Amino acid sequence: MRNFPWPWPTLAEAGRCHAQWRARRWPQTLLLALLMLILPPAIAHAQDAERDTAALELLEALDVDSFPAKGEAIDAIVASEDDRARYWLQSLLDGRLQRADDGRFVVVLDNTGRDWPVEDALSGEALGEMSRRELDRIGINNALRNQLRIAIAVVDLYAADLELRRASAERLLGEVDAELAEPIAAVIEEESDSRVRQRLTLALAIHRLEQGEVEAVETLQGSLHSRVRVALNRAASSDDPLLAAAAQEAVNSIEQNLRINRGLETLYFGLSLGSVLVLAAIGLAITFGVMGVINMAHGELIMLGAYTTWAMQQLLPGQPGLALILAIPAGFMVAALAGIAIERGVIQFLKGRPLETLLATFGISLILQQLVRTAISPQNRTVVTPEWMSGSLVVNDALSLTLNRMYVLGFTLVVFAALMLIMRRTRLGLEVRAVTQNRAMARSMGIRATRVDIMTFALGSGVAGLAGVALSQLTNVGPNLGQNYIIDSFMVVVFGGVGNLWGTLVAGLSLGVINQILEPWAGAVLAKIIVLVFIILFIQKRPRGLFPQKGRAAEG
Amino acid sequence: MNAPKASFTPRRLVAAMLTAGTLAGAGQALADDPIKVGILHSLSGTMAISETVLKDTVEMLIEQQNEQGGLLGRELEAVVVDPASNWPLFAERARELLAQEEVDVVFGNWTSVSRKAVLPVFEELNGLLFYPVQYEGEESSENVFYTGAAPNQQSIPAVNYLHDQVGVERWVLAGTDYVFPRTTNRILEAYLQDEFGVADEDIMVNYTPFGHSDWQNIVSDIRRFGSEGKKTAVVSTINGDANVPFYTELANQGVDAADIPVVAFSVGEQELTGIDTAPLVGHLAAWNYFMSVDTDENYDFIDAWIDYTGDEEAVTNDPMEAHYIGFNMWAEAVRKAGTTDVDAVKDAIIGVTVPNLTGGYAAMMPNHHITKPVLIGEIQDNGQFDIVWQTPSTVAGDAWSDYLPGSRDLIADWRAPMRCGNFNVSTGSCGGSTAAEEAEAALAE
Repeated sequence: MRNFPWPWPTLAEAGRCHAQWRARRWPQTLLLALLMLILPPAIAHAQDAERDTAALELLEALDVDSFPAKGEAIDAIVASEDDRARYWLQSLLDGRLQRADDGRFVVVLDNTGRDWPVEDALSGEALGEMSRRELDRIGINNALRNQLRIAIAVVDLYAADLELRRASAERLLGEVDAELAEPIAAVIEEESDSRVRQRLTLALAIHRLEQGEVEAVETLQGSLHSRVRVALNRAASSDDPLLAAAAQEAVNSIEQNLRINRGLETLYFGLSLGSVLVLAAIGLAITFGVMGVINMAHGELIMLGAYTTWAMQQLLPGQPGLALILAIPAGFMVAALAGIAIERGVIQFLKGRPLETLLATFGISLILQQLVRTAISPQNRTVVTPEWMSGSLVVNDALSLTLNRMYVLGFTLVVFAALMLIMRRTRLGLEVRAVTQNRAMARSMGIRATRVDIMTFALGSGVAGLAGVALSQLTNVGPNLGQNYIIDSFMVVVFGGVGNLWGTLVAGLSLGVINQILEPWAGAVLAKIIVLVFIILFIQKRPRGLFPQKGRAAEG
Repeated sequence: MNAPKASFTPRRLVAAMLTAGTLAGAGQALADDPIKVGILHSLSGTMAISETVLKDTVEMLIEQQNEQGGLLGRELEAVVVDPASNWPLFAERARELLAQEEVDVVFGNWTSVSRKAVLPVFEELNGLLFYPVQYEGEESSENVFYTGAAPNQQSIPAVNYLHDQVGVERWVLAGTDYVFPRTTNRILEAYLQDEFGVADEDIMVNYTPFGHSDWQNIVSDIRRFGSEGKKTAVVSTINGDANVPFYTELANQGVDAADIPVVAFSVGEQELTGIDTAPLVGHLAAWNYFMSVDTDENYDFIDAWIDYTGDEEAVTNDPMEAHYIGFNMWAEAVRKAGTTDVDAVKDAIIGVTVPNLTGGYAAMMPNHHITKPVLIGEIQDNGQFDIVWQTPSTVAGDAWSDYLPGSRDLIADWRAPMRCGNFNVSTGSCGGSTAAEEAEAALAE
C-alpha cells in the first residue's frame, strides 16, 4: 500500500468547518487504526472492494474524449469522499494518470526513457515497468488544468506542509466565490502563518468587493497584485458612487506605486542586458583594447565556451548545476588554448597589419563555425538550466527578478573585478601594460614581449570562453552564437574607449539600460537602430570613446 | 475526408499500360537516364536547424520510391545544393539546379523571403518548386506548389479556436520582423476587428529581429497587457531559434499557459527539441500535422524516419508531412502524365489526391494549394503536442486572403483556359504581375 499523505481530509470535507476537523483529527486517526486492528480482515476487504468499484467508476468517467465531460468527472472526484482524490487529481494534472491496455488505471512514476515504472492508481501497488505503447494518457487542456489547480489548492489549505499552504493561498487569490468564502474565513482564523493569512484575507476581500462591500477596499489598498487591481478597476466603474470613488482612489495610489516598480524593472532589464554586453566585450577589451589586435574570431571563442558547457553536461548527465560550475574553468581553458593557437598560428605573423589580421581572423571564425557544424551538428544543442537558476526572485507582486539573469549579472561583476585585479596587481598585468605602452622599451627592460603577447591573448580569449559559459544559460548554443555577439562587442569596446576596462563596463551597462528604456515604445528592431545611430554620432564627437586613454601611451 | 479513394480507375490503368508501352518503345536509353530531383534546403546558417531535416526527408522519400522501382521505370536521383540561409544565394542555387543540372522538380525553401528570391528564377526557366512550409499567402505562381498551410489553414482557425473555445478577448500578435509574420498579423488584425469586433487597444503588435535573445521587456509587457482582467492570448509568429529564449523567459517570468496561452505558428516538434518543455505545458501550436497523430500511416512514417536517420529520438514535424504529400502528389502526377515534362506535370497534378498522415486525403487545388485538416495541439512535458481540437473536415488553401482589401477579389486558377494566378472576380480580368504588385502595395499601406 502506498503511503498517502495522512492525515488528509477528503475534498468534500475540506470545504467544511476546519476548526472542528483539526480538533477531531487525532482521535479519528486513532479510532481508525483501532478499527483496522479489531475488524476481521474479510470485512475490510469487502469494504475495500466496494470502495474500489466506486473509485474505478470515478476514474472511468475521466477516460472520455470531450473536455467538458472530463470537467464534470473532475467535479465528481472532488465531491467524492475518497481520500485518494488529491493523489488522482495531482497525477492527472501532471499527465501521469494513464490507462493501460488491460483497462487498469495507473500512475506513471517516471516518464523518461522508453519503459516507465508505474503503480496502480487504486491500490498504489507497484506494477513494475510498462512500455509507453501499452499506456494511454488521460489528456487535459488549459481549462481543466486551471480547474484541477484550484481544486487541489482548496485541499492544500489544510495541509500540514507550510509551503503547500502558501502555494494554495497564492493560487486562490481572485478565485474565491460564495461557496469558498465561508471555509476560507474559518481557515484565516486558524492559520498560524502570516503570509498565508495575508493572502487569504486579500482573496476574501476581492470576493467581498465583488459583492459590493466598500470596507473591502481598505483591505485591498496598496496591494500590487494584478487580480486586486482588476477587481478594483471593475469596482471603480460600478453604479454605487461610494464604492466607485473609494475604489478609484485605491487604484490611483496603486498605479503610482506600479510606475515606480516598472522603472525599477526596466533598470534591472537594462543592467542585465548590459551585463551580457560587458561579458561578451570584456575579452575583446583586452585583445583589441589593450593589445590592438582586431580579432574577428572573438565571437567563436565565446561559442567554444558555450559548447564546453554543453560538453560538460554531456559528461555529467543528471548534474547540470555541477557541470555548469565545472564548465567555468573548463570553458576558460578551452577558449584560452584556442586563443593561443590562433595567436601562435596566425596573428603573430601579421603584427602591425590590422587589415590582414582582420581578414585572417574572420577566416578563422568561419573555420571554427564550420568545424563545430561538421564535428558536432549544424543544429543547436540543449544546455540545461539548473534548478537553482530557473524562475525568479519575487520582490513584490509587481516586481520579480529572473534568477538566471541575476546570476549572469553577478558573474559579470566577479569576472570584471578579477580582470581588474590581474591588470593592476599582478606581474602579468604590469608587463602587459608596459608592453602595450612601449614595446621596445619594455623589451630592453628585460620583459619577454612575445610571452606577454601569448599570455594576454590567452587571457582575453579565456574570458570570452567564460562569456560563452554564461551565455549558454541565456541564449541558443549553436554554431552561429558567436556571430550574434561580435558586432555588439566591438560596439561596446569602441564606445567605452579602446584600452580601458572601466570604459567597457560603463559602456556595456549604459547601452543595455538605454536599449531597454527605448524598447517598450520603439520596438526591439528600432531600439537597436537608435542605439547604433547614437554610437555613430557619439564617436564622431568623441572618437576615442567615453574614457579615452590619456598621455603618451594613447598616441602609440 | 470525402476525397476519392481509388487511385486506380480502369482508365488510369490503361494509361499506365500505354505509358509503359511507350517507355519500352522509346528504348533502354531512357530507363538508364535517372529522373533528377533537386533539393534546395539550407544545410548551414540560421535556418539549418529547420531545413536540414527536410533535405533528409526528401532523400528518404526518393530512396523509398527507388525501392519500389522508381518512377516510369526510371531511377530517381537527388541533386542536393546548399543555399546556406543566404537569400540571394537561393536564387543562384535554383538557377544552378534548373539550368545546369536540369532537374525535373525541386523541393525546397523555408522562409518566405527565400521563396520570393527564387520565384523569378522558377518562372523564367519554367521549373517546378514544391514549397513545404506554412506561409502568409498573397501569392500564386504557375511554377510553385504550396504544400504548407495558407493563412486560412492555420492562423484563422487557430484564432477562432482561441476566441470560441478559450474565450480570449485581448490579443498579442508577436512576430519576427519579416514578410510572413507581418502579412499574417495584418490579416489577423483585420480579421479580429471585422469578425469579433476587437478594439484597437485590445490588440498589441510586436516585432523582433531574427535570432532575438533578450525577451525580458517584451515578456514583461505581455504579462502586464494580460493582467488587465480580460482573457489574453499571444499569437506568435516568432520564427527560428529565437523561440528558445522566448519560451525560457516566459517560464522564468511565470507566464502560465492557463493564464496567458501562447499559440505558435512556427514552433513544432523539431524546434522544441532544444527546450525543456516542462514549464511550457499547455502552450499551443496550430499545424496541419503533429507527430502525436494516432494513425497507422503516421506510425509507419515515424518508423521509416527513425530507421532512416538511425536516431531513436528523431522527431517528425509538419513541413516533413508537407514534403511527404508533395512528393507523392508529384510522383502521382508524373505517372498520370507519363512524363516528367514540367508543363504536362503542371496540368496533371491539379486534382491529384494522395493520403496525408492524419488519416485523410490531400488534394491539389487549381490555385496550387492543397486541402489540409487544421489541428490545435498543447505542448506536453515530453516535447510532443496533445491535440485538443481539430477541424471536422479538411480546409482548402486560399491563396488570396478574404480579409485584406487588396486581395479580397482575387482568385487563382491555373487550369486551362483561365491560367491565372490573380484573377480579379470584380473586374473579370487577370491581373498578371500588376495585380500582385497592387496587392503588395495595398499591404504596404
